[in-house]
This record gives sequence, C-alpha cells and structure tokens, in this order.
Amino acid sequence: MEDKEKKPKRKIVPNKTKMPEQPPLERVKNFKEVPLGYSEDQAVEEATRCIQCKNRPCIEGCPVEIDIPDFIALIAERKFVEAARKMKEKNALPAVCGRVCPQEVQCESKCTLGKKNEPVAIGRLERFIADWERENKMVQTPSRPAPRGKKVAVVGSGPAGLTVAADLAKLGFGVTIFEALHKAGGVLVYGIPEFRLPKAIVQAEVDYVKSLGAELVTNAVIGNLYTIPELFNNGYDAVFIGIGAGGPMFMDIPGENLNGVYSANEFLTRSNLMKAYLFPEYDTPIKRSRNVAVVGGGNVAMDSARTALRLGADAVYLVYRRSREEMPARAEEVHHAEEEGLIFKFLTNPIRIVGDEKGNVKGMECLRMELGEPDASGRRRPIAVKGSEFIIDIDTLIMSLGTNANPLLPQSTPGLALNKWGYIVADEENAATSLQGVYAGGDIVTGGATVILAMGAGRKAAREIAKYLS
Amino acid sequence: MFKIVEKKVLGQDIKLFKIEAPDISKKAKPGMFVIVKIGEKGERIPLTINDFDPQKGTVTIVFQEVGKTTMMLGRLKGGDVIEDLVGPLGKPTEIENFGKVVCVGGGVGTAVIYPVTRGLFQAGNQIIGIVGARNKDLLIFEEEMKDFCHRLIITTDDGSKGHHGLVTDVLKQILAEEKIDRVIAIGPTIMMKFVVKTTQPFGIPTIVSLNSIMIDATGMCGVCRVNVGNETKFACVHGPEFDGHKVDFDLLMSRLNQYKEEEKIALTTL
Ligand SMILES: Cc1cc2nc3c(=O)[nH]c(=O)nc-3n(C[C@H](O)[C@H](O)[C@H](O)COP(=O)(O)OP(=O)(O)OC[C@H]3O[C@@H](n4cnc5c(N)ncnc54)[C@H](O)[C@@H]3O)c2cc1C
Ligand code: FES
Repeated sequence: MEDKEKKPKRKIVPNKTKMPEQPPLERVKNFKEVPLGYSEDQAVEEATRCIQCKNRPCIEGCPVEIDIPDFIALIAERKFVEAARKMKEKNALPAVCGRVCPQEVQCESKCTLGKKNEPVAIGRLERFIADWERENKMVQTPSRPAPRGKKVAVVGSGPAGLTVAADLAKLGFGVTIFEALHKAGGVLVYGIPEFRLPKAIVQAEVDYVKSLGAELVTNAVIGNLYTIPELFNNGYDAVFIGIGAGGPMFMDIPGENLNGVYSANEFLTRSNLMKAYLFPEYDTPIKRSRNVAVVGGGNVAMDSARTALRLGADAVYLVYRRSREEMPARAEEVHHAEEEGLIFKFLTNPIRIVGDEKGNVKGMECLRMELGEPDASGRRRPIAVKGSEFIIDIDTLIMSLGTNANPLLPQSTPGLALNKWGYIVADEENAATSLQGVYAGGDIVTGGATVILAMGAGRKAAREIAKYLS
Repeated sequence: MFKIVEKKVLGQDIKLFKIEAPDISKKAKPGMFVIVKIGEKGERIPLTINDFDPQKGTVTIVFQEVGKTTMMLGRLKGGDVIEDLVGPLGKPTEIENFGKVVCVGGGVGTAVIYPVTRGLFQAGNQIIGIVGARNKDLLIFEEEMKDFCHRLIITTDDGSKGHHGLVTDVLKQILAEEKIDRVIAIGPTIMMKFVVKTTQPFGIPTIVSLNSIMIDATGMCGVCRVNVGNETKFACVHGPEFDGHKVDFDLLMSRLNQYKEEEKIALTTL
C-alpha cells in the first residue's frame, strides 16, 4: 500500500508491440527477410513495457547471460549507442541471435511480465539494437590489448568458433580461424535461409570478429590440410574444435538415390551458400520443382519447405510421422510456413520413393500412422496403420531428418575421445576434450542444437583456454 | 587466392594448370582431388589432382572444357588467380606391391591415372598402361606414362593413333593372355563401367575413380552419394576410388545427368 503512494505503479501493457512483416502472399515470391524489424519509436515503446523487476530472471534464461534489463532500460531512454555497447559486452553476434534464438523457451519464458501477459519482446529488441548500431555505422571495435604471445587455432567458423575467436582476440591472444568452406559463418551461411537471416548481416558479424584481430583462413579442411597435431607443430598453443553437426541422415528406404531427392543440407547449401535461387546469375543450379515433399518436423524442415515455396513450387507438403503437437519446430516458424501455403501431412510415414524410367523421383509411397504410448522421448510413438499405403505425386523430395557427426576430423586426431554416436566428448563446464590443450563445443559436442548454445559453449571454452595459456 | 604459375594446352579443349598451393602440395597423394571455385558467383567443382610438387609448392590439375565452369577456368591465364581451392580431399589410392597391374586411362582421366601409375611403379609393380582417347588430338600424358609403364598401349576410337578401337578390346586380350593382379581404371563413367564388365569374368580386383557431382566435398551435403555393394557411400569422403565390381554405374550416370538442362542454360550466360 505504502509503495503505491510513493511511486505510482507503472501501467502494464499486456501485449508485445507488433513487428511489421512482409505479407505472406508477397514474401513467398522473394527471399527478402520476413519480419521487418522495429522502428526507433516501436523499440522505445516495447522497451518501456519492461517493468525492470528486481530479480531479473530473464538473464538466467539467456545462455550467454546478456544484461537484458540494462540494455532495455537504455533503449527506453533512447540511449541506443550505450544499449548496443551493453549488449556486445556479452554477445558478439546480437543481430544473429535477435533473429534466430528461440526466445520463447529462453529469456522470454522467464520474464516476470510474461506470467500474466505477453513477455517483453526481448529478441526483437536485441535485433533492433544490433541493426541500429550497424545501420548507423556506430559499430566500435574495442582497442586491441597488448599481444599475449600465445596462439590459438579455432577449427570451424560457426557460432561456436566465432565466439571463441572473438573472446580470445579481445584478451590479446593470437587467433586463427580455419574454415572448410569458402565462406565463414557455419550454419548461419549455409543452412539458415536469407529470408530468416540475411547473409549481409552474418558477414557484418564475421567482419566484426575479424576487426578484433582474429585471422580467418577459408578453404582449410582440418584433418586433411593440417591435422590437429600439426597445428600444434605449426606453433599453436591450443586448439578449439567447433565443426558443427556435420553429415545428413537418410531413411534407408528404396529410391533414396533417385534424382530429385535432396538432403536438407544439400538443398539449403545450394540455395543459401551457393545462391542457387539466383541461378543462372550464380552458377550453382537447383531444381525448380512443381510438387515438393519435405520429410521431417524440425526447424530445418521448415526452412527447406519455405525455400521450396519461394523457388516457385505449386505445392509443398510437409510429411511428418507424428502430429502437430509433437513437431520440434518453433511455433513461430510453423505459423509462418502455414501462412505461406505449406500443406501439412501429419501422421504420415514414407516407405518407398518411386522413380520414372529416367531415374527421376515421381512419387513417394507413405503409410498413415496412429499415435500409441509415449516413447523414450516422452512423445507418443507413431504406429503404422495396416493397409493404409498411398502415393503422393512429387518431383522433389527433401529429407530433413537431422544430422550425424562428421568423422573426417576425429578420424585424423589420435586420442580424441568420442561418444558412441561419434560426437566429441568435452567437459560441460570447461569444454576440455581428452587431449591436452584441445577444447570443443557447439553441435559437434551436443549434436544439432542452437546458435546460442553453441555460443555459450564457445564462451566457456574461451575462458578455459585463456586460463590454460596464462 | 591461388596463383596459376603455368598454363599449358594439352589437346583439344584440354588444359593444364600448375597452381601455387604449398600446403596442399605437401599433403597431396595420388587419387586425391581438389575443389575449385572461381569468382564470387562460381560453383564448386571437384578436379582430381594430376601432380604435386611439395618442393616447389605446386599442385597441377588437368581439365577438359565441358561446361560453363571449366570453360571459364580455361580462359584464365598463367599469372591469374583462382579464388578458392580446397584440398587435398578424398582418400588416396591404395598403393602397394600387388604384382602385375593394368592402369587404364581414358580421355582426361589419363591425367589422373598418371600419378597413380607412377606410385604403383615406384612401389615395385609390373605396370601395363592402356591409354585411350576418341582421337589422337585428345591423347594426353602419353610420354609421361611411358616413364612408368613397362608396356604402354595406345588406343583411339577413330584409329588416328595406336590400336583402332576401345581400351576394353586391348584389356580383354591382355587378361586372356596373362595373369593380372589388379586393374585400375580412370576415365569417362561409361568407360569405367565397361572396364569393370571386362574384368568381371576374370575375377580381377578393379578400382575405379568416381566423379560425382559435389558441393562441400567434406561429407556434409550428400549430393555425391553413390551405390557401392548396395550401400550408399559419399564419393567425396569414402572415395573417390571404389571397388568397381560393386559400383552401380547406371545410377552414377543418371545422377551425373541431373542438371543437364541447367548446364545448357548456364552456357548461355557465358
Ligand atoms: C537449416 C538450419 C536452421 C537452423 N535454425 C536455427 C534457429 O533458428 N535458431 C537456432 O538457435 N539454431 C538453429 N539451427 C541450429 C544452429 O544453426 C546450430 O546449432 C549452430 O550453428 C551450431 O554452431 P556450431 O558453431 O557448433 O557449428 P556450425 O554452425 O555447424 O559451424 C561449423 C563450421 O565448421 C566447419 N567445419 C566442419 N568441419 C571442418 C573441418 N574439418 N575443418 C574446418 N572447418 C570445418 C563447417 O564448414 C562450419 O562452417 C539451425 C540449423 C540448421 C541446419
Ligand atoms: S560433396 Fe557433399 S557430401 Fe560429398
């Protein structure tokens, strides 16, 4: 009661400030970003929704512990430069995270406001402030500390590798990032489509890491060009391995090698990394198909389906053996895909792919499924309905079933401990592997996870490497 | 950036580049390949390494101009640079003393069988080389092969040089007359398919090098998948060399033709 008299209670605004986005019928015809971002006024409006509660639970929900209430308060005061600096203290890639993090299960899930209302749109504010800083050319490179005379090799330039490189460069270590592809960014450049994460933004973030003093060597497949022991011989004092989750999975059903059957990795790499959606301006082709099926129910499946829609398909089906409730994809992505015309075929499981006389896919035979008892994952197990076979007519099929560890580098690294699936064993707390001076993190340790978890692992590894080398 | 230190025209539309790539040259072995990409908008194509010199720090590739990328590559001159060169990739050729080995090279494949032949020769094998081409203008590496073959037979489809006919004619005759321990064939897919058919009745181990379409070439995308012994393999990391008797060549040929239409469109933008 007393409190109320002293300080008038701030009026709670129940809903998030809406972020404008491209209308569905327009955006399926282009690869431009779907949500358009907040204006300054919208950002300030949203930032003032934050009640600046005392216990700050949102920070706990953030794997890299950004000082969320502080940067939001600065936005509310229109101190945009300061807000950006605040965020960069903890996150080297905010423009990326603001776009692709599953905030609904992280920071925003903890928001005090969110208990009774919509939480503060932390992700949208993160995106806003990172974009504002970049667009207004306010990105500042911290001054370089005195070199420490120690060198670290970072293998892989995905979010894990970029974070390690940024953190160690800021501390004055010599850092070289070795990347197998011709472009840095990992999944951010080859997997996640332009309409969710513009590549110019990834490039700007990579440039920022380079501006901190990290050197980038592309086209360097570690294991082949140099092995990990050779990196030590070449003068590196520690190595971080962040090579991602690697290879595609297939179903092992007849017809999977027919023409027109892609792994999601291939389909997305062609479109994103190689820019095949701009063929023939770019040289890498991709099939412009009429009827496409995507098998799977995760975010990668959504990205593949939405890419296929934008490439001009008449119909794109999402074939998933469980029901909508069990889909691992983010609700927002499913919603976006649905608005764009994706046709869902739930409780459907492929058993055979049918080809024509030229070896091109022309159909996929499926079985209908029913949900039974929950399995080990807690989700209800799909059971085939006898005699329910039917064929979907398609000319392209994209298998989006997850990934498995790529053995190329581990095979060339004697003594590196792997688990039974081939992922690298690394301590959860300090990222140390079975080899001295070798650390690992990101998808190659956890299996396919998220950008922010990979960054979190990178942060821990950087801290340990700094300790190890001091 | 990788500098082309030497360019040679070997035959009709067949070119050789010696490229400055010290680190790749140190790791290269016969049978391995590189990925080449030119320009910001280029595609990634695999080319098997023809030669490597760790002292001079160079790797050599030989290619035939058949599509947009190889034609653009062919326009580069000595002193120009290639933006992206990745390697060495794939598993090297298995080289040991097998006894008597027949090395069959067809078309530009001869450039690739050359280092393999040299390696096998140096490992103490008795080598019979068979080099084939459509006509004498497309014959390459004949002289170089001579140095490492105890016997070398040339064939041309039109009879303009050597035996008038196919490499398989000559191979069949050799297999009928002498005991051969191993055959290695590198060339057009159709040639490798028929070499394998020829050696099958004799039960001779036959190695072929598969030239699938590739993108990353590290096992990430799966575009390069081939069927070997009823199992799906990735040519980029499990190969490119495989036991020819187990390879499904028809599938490989069909997969190689996947983008024929797009390749034609690409040529119009050259
Ligand atoms: C299509 C798609 C969509 C996704 N969407 C989201 C999303 O919306 N939100 C989210 O949080 N997460 C998303 N993820 C997951 C997220 O992208 C990954 O969890 C994250 O990128 C993992 O980071 P990383 O650094 O461990 O590996 P990666 O990003 O995979 O990077 C690894 C890098 O290492 C390189 N490399 C591999 N082997 C070698 C070698 N031998 N030598 C040198 N370099 C090597 C690779 O080329 C690659 O560049 C998505 C993933 C995919 C595939
Ligand atoms: S080329 Fe991508 S996996 Fe072989």
